[in-house]
Amino acid sequence: MSADSGHARRLLGVAILVAILALLGPRLVGWTQFLLTVALGESLAVIGVALLMRAGLVSFGQGLFSAAGAYAVAYAMRLWGVHEAFVLLAVAIVTSIVLAAVIGPLICRYRQIFFAMISLAFSMVLYSILLKFNALTGGSDGMEVPAATVLGFHASAGGLAASYYYLTLAWFGAALFATAVYCASPVGYLARAVRDNEIRLEYLGASVRDVTFRTYLFAAALTGLSGGLFALSVGHVSPTLAYWTKSGEFIFAALLGGTSSPFAPVVGTVVFESLNSYLSASFPNVWQMALGVVMLAIILLLPRGLWSIYQTLAARRAR
Amino acid sequence: MSAILVDGVVYASWIFLVSVGLTLVFGVLRILNLAHGSLYAVGAYMGAWLVVRYFHAGMPLALSFALLLAGALIAGLVLGPLIERLLLRHTYGRDEVMQLLVTYALFLILGDLTKLVWGVDPYYAYAPYSMLGNISVGTIPYPRYDLVLIGIAVIVGVALWLITNRTRFGRLMTAVIRDREISTALGINVPLVCTAAFTIGAVLAALGGAFTAPTISVVPGIDVTVIVLSFAVVVIGGLGSLEGAALGSLIVGIARAAAVHLFPDLDLVAIYLVMTIVLIFKPQGLFGRAEVKRL
Repeated sequence: MSADSGHARRLLGVAILVAILALLGPRLVGWTQFLLTVALGESLAVIGVALLMRAGLVSFGQGLFSAAGAYAVAYAMRLWGVHEAFVLLAVAIVTSIVLAAVIGPLICRYRQIFFAMISLAFSMVLYSILLKFNALTGGSDGMEVPAATVLGFHASAGGLAASYYYLTLAWFGAALFATAVYCASPVGYLARAVRDNEIRLEYLGASVRDVTFRTYLFAAALTGLSGGLFALSVGHVSPTLAYWTKSGEFIFAALLGGTSSPFAPVVGTVVFESLNSYLSASFPNVWQMALGVVMLAIILLLPRGLWSIYQTLAARRAR
Repeated sequence: MSAILVDGVVYASWIFLVSVGLTLVFGVLRILNLAHGSLYAVGAYMGAWLVVRYFHAGMPLALSFALLLAGALIAGLVLGPLIERLLLRHTYGRDEVMQLLVTYALFLILGDLTKLVWGVDPYYAYAPYSMLGNISVGTIPYPRYDLVLIGIAVIVGVALWLITNRTRFGRLMTAVIRDREISTALGINVPLVCTAAFTIGAVLAALGGAFTAPTISVVPGIDVTVIVLSFAVVVIGGLGSLEGAALGSLIVGIARAAAVHLFPDLDLVAIYLVMTIVLIFKPQGLFGRAEVKRL
């Protein structure tokens, strides 16, 4: 299959998903629409985590970039008076990329649990900075993010949720396609080889450092966008975005969905967010425990995630 | 300056007590246990609960210490073998990162279990702390209980060193740390050594928790801070190294004390700054051994 027809196929897949979600939009009850807006936004961060996992890197600090993206949006509104959502999200992406470019060269030297722990450390540093510098960041209360305009239009109070839904959907579609292209690119394939055996990869003439760094940057961009979307749709940013348990949730969702396809983390996030909102409302005392049990079950029984069920079924039908 | 040093040593001994079990477990099992903080929390609850329930004014002070110790032993000796046998055993030989995630799931489960058992209201077990009173170092009064913490940390450190270097069990453990396959081939009961090592680690975590309990109010959420801090310590010292944990604790303790005195808002940042600097120059930590990569 040529690269062009491969891309056309991927574009078709993303377009079908986005079209279904767009048609679904008006039919959703208010809170399910909001849930889906948040879940789709968050799924971009989970895709970022999943991309790193494909390269054997588990980031326990991806919240660093979602917090950076979210606070970038809040500051761009407050300090520069920018109110256009597309500009704000671009600012979120650029901020995360710049941050990743600064710490990436250090962090990409590490593997396995060292990578996990150092990424955790960086996000906790941001967390404590956001928490302690009250005057600038609002401390533990965080900051309000007022309503933004979408392509110049001010949505009415009732239409804001819907306009954010389609805004999220547009960025989600673009990011998902970019991810699919990335996974099919040489760097995307090399990232999987990094996980299998770095030394062989180096002997074959590829630069492991280059591959991991690029993957790290791409994941940071996705996560920054995710944080920006979160800030807009929730209307509030707080330091907990950078807290390591938030990054733990991303990992959970990535594990739940699987990492073998760009669509898998999306499935994982939507299921996770639904579970999360249902369990935390119905069983506030044991929902963490329920998450833990589900996580253990996934790791021990379904190590390649929910997506592997689909893959098995598809393979069976093909035969 | 002397205040920084004293505070630093007190803090270092506390953090050594909590983190040394983590490094021991990693050394033997090759698993970085994210639920270590949960075991600390369970120890703290168990100790505080026993003191609140059975210790009343007028009883000898030694009894409260015995209760704290009992709490730690119960928590560690029950949970340690249970977790290792039922859960971790099934993950040996799998990806390190998968094992990390298993312990993360365990952390989530234990967090809620603690709340279910002891509720969400804080436990105050100040009795042993306040009964000891203060002592003056120079012109500054310090709680005597801090000296107890330092003493316990020293005892634990020495005991661990003696166990690993002077006993048969310690030799077996060292052999397993060095090479699990060869140890198995030599007839060492590796699974048993693993269970024992994890149990010791769990008891140490619970011990740290139980003896911290009188100095804090025991509430949900104390597990998280401990995890984050003890990771910094063992990463600085080198994963799996006893000496590393001791030196790492001292470095982190003094760095934090200095930050608290000079830039009070940045204590956590200071710790991670030190950790990052150490890792830039010594990626395996100060006492870590570089792993040989296999083709």
